[in-house]
Amino acid sequence: MERLSHFRQGNRIGGEGNGPPRTFAQKAIARAAGVDSVEIGEVVDVRPDVVLSHDNSAAIGEIWRQFGQERVAIAKRLAITLDHAAPAPTTRHAQNHADIRRFVQEQGIRNFFEVGRGICHQVLSEEALVLPGQMILGADSHTPHFGWLGAFGAGIGRSEVAALWATGELWLRVPESIRIDLEGDLPPGVTAKDFALRIIGDWGADGGLYASVEFGGSGIEALSIDARMALANMMAEFGAKSAYIAADGKTLAYLEAGLELRASEGTVGDAGQWRLLPDEGAEYSATYRYGAAELEPVIACPHTVDNVVPLSEVAGVRVQQAFIGTCTNGRLEDIAAAAEVVQGRRVAEGTRLLVIPASSMVLQEALREGHIEALVAAGAAIGTPGCGPCMGNHMGVPATGEVTISSANRNFRGRMGTKEAEIYLANPAVVAASAVAGRIADPRSLD
Amino acid sequence: MEIEGRAWKYGDNINTDVLFPGKYTYTAKGREEIAGHALEDLDPAFAANVRVGDLVVGGRNFGCGSSREQAATCLVYNGVGAVIAESFARIFYRNAINNGLLAIVCREAAQAIRAGETVTVRIEQRTVACAAGCYSFPALSATVQEILDAGGLVEQVKRRLALTGPAS
Ligand code: SF4
Repeated sequence: MERLSHFRQGNRIGGEGNGPPRTFAQKAIARAAGVDSVEIGEVVDVRPDVVLSHDNSAAIGEIWRQFGQERVAIAKRLAITLDHAAPAPTTRHAQNHADIRRFVQEQGIRNFFEVGRGICHQVLSEEALVLPGQMILGADSHTPHFGWLGAFGAGIGRSEVAALWATGELWLRVPESIRIDLEGDLPPGVTAKDFALRIIGDWGADGGLYASVEFGGSGIEALSIDARMALANMMAEFGAKSAYIAADGKTLAYLEAGLELRASEGTVGDAGQWRLLPDEGAEYSATYRYGAAELEPVIACPHTVDNVVPLSEVAGVRVQQAFIGTCTNGRLEDIAAAAEVVQGRRVAEGTRLLVIPASSMVLQEALREGHIEALVAAGAAIGTPGCGPCMGNHMGVPATGEVTISSANRNFRGRMGTKEAEIYLANPAVVAASAVAGRIADPRSLD
Repeated sequence: MEIEGRAWKYGDNINTDVLFPGKYTYTAKGREEIAGHALEDLDPAFAANVRVGDLVVGGRNFGCGSSREQAATCLVYNGVGAVIAESFARIFYRNAINNGLLAIVCREAAQAIRAGETVTVRIEQRTVACAAGCYSFPALSATVQEILDAGGLVEQVKRRLALTGPAS
């Protein structure tokens, strides 16, 4: 609870200051637009602090070349990862990577992350490339991920990224904000993933359509950094434009470690210097309150993320593949939870368990802590940090007729490469328990 | 201006994975290849039979999911005249507009249109007409209109960069 007191400087609370109370989204967009304030619904041109792209960077480069520029206007603000089909599964994919590397070299893009470094959202978080209050626009739909650290992150298309490379500017409409409060601590076995799925199940895959989803409450403060990332990341499946969790002491400690990593670049500074908080009394289009104690493990059933049921309702469904990874749930906490479940057990015959850490740093920590050892001993296959089979490119796509239980964020028909496969989404401990049981299972009641 | 074509009607939450499968996003290049995979996992008959001017009609949250732009360009490259839906996922909406594809938010029309029937969109009048009736849709924001008028975002940016003269 001490967290906000000394951060509130410069953020008007209650009746002080000028003008009506503002949402986080209003403040962050005003900052990026270089104006004092913006109104909900207003369209403004913003200059994002960071522009993210990944394996799609070659395609973006082709669009950008139409502008006839020799140099990207904002090379320092670009961040490019090779993660979606990495290591390259085919020669065509390898060619795509080669084109990107050539562009990166030509343009002197410093924030470039090679095959194996990890998934864009995780890597940029670890490297503290985005700080609280800043804006990141990314050619990736899960860019609301950066809400975990109190930044404004929104996904955009390839043409828009190309336009940003050329001009540094893009139009945004100031969204309505939805406020979601979580009070109390999550019960054992219930995770931020379950909370996110519960929200999406309750209000639908378009329940947060277009909105900035702004979290608060003691339950959010209690969440670990890894859990906050999972929650903000999942808001893409709620239709949200962006997500927001206030940066607190935990956030700043994490980011400062990242800044230290890059100390040689002279980037060390106050990670909280641009932090923004919503004003009390800000205008929300909806406000939802959840009591953490009432939450339970849930599953999103095929083929939509809002097809959410309690775990007990689908326990027993046979699974051929269990996958732990992705930008939603491929972090240390997730891998630790899985390792704990499989410790002293074996993956069931007829089922395979894939574990793909979200980044090289996660992999190193999981190695140091013995989680990888425990998982491999139980029969898991470990993959190169990156997106893995999440979007059906490679490294563990299912066969037709197979069922996958996954810690990812999407279970759309065809998502993992064939429309003849079913995907169930769950928290990582449930995925691990299901791998051991060969059926969807509750880790709290494994034999 | 008028767009007239047959309606290809689908339901709620049509996602980008069924509009354009993820496995092709880093390799499919060129208009024809992209057009050929359109709606592959939703309606295999679409790419083979769609005609220039046809309309794609969806329910709520059309285009949810990935940011992949081919979910919109695969329709453009097949000559789709417009997309009509009760609501659009925001990145799909931006991608459509940025590629000069008119995305019309009109709940009544989206619900009333029957699969396969002929639909007429009158852009200046902002109406959608089908057998069940004629429905109006709201004006686009000035920013969106400017991009559409320029023929898409790339053209608009070119103008902004003063690399091309004003469009005729
Ligand atoms: S892990 Fe999956 S959802 Fe996340 S960025 Fe990669 S492909 Fe997208």
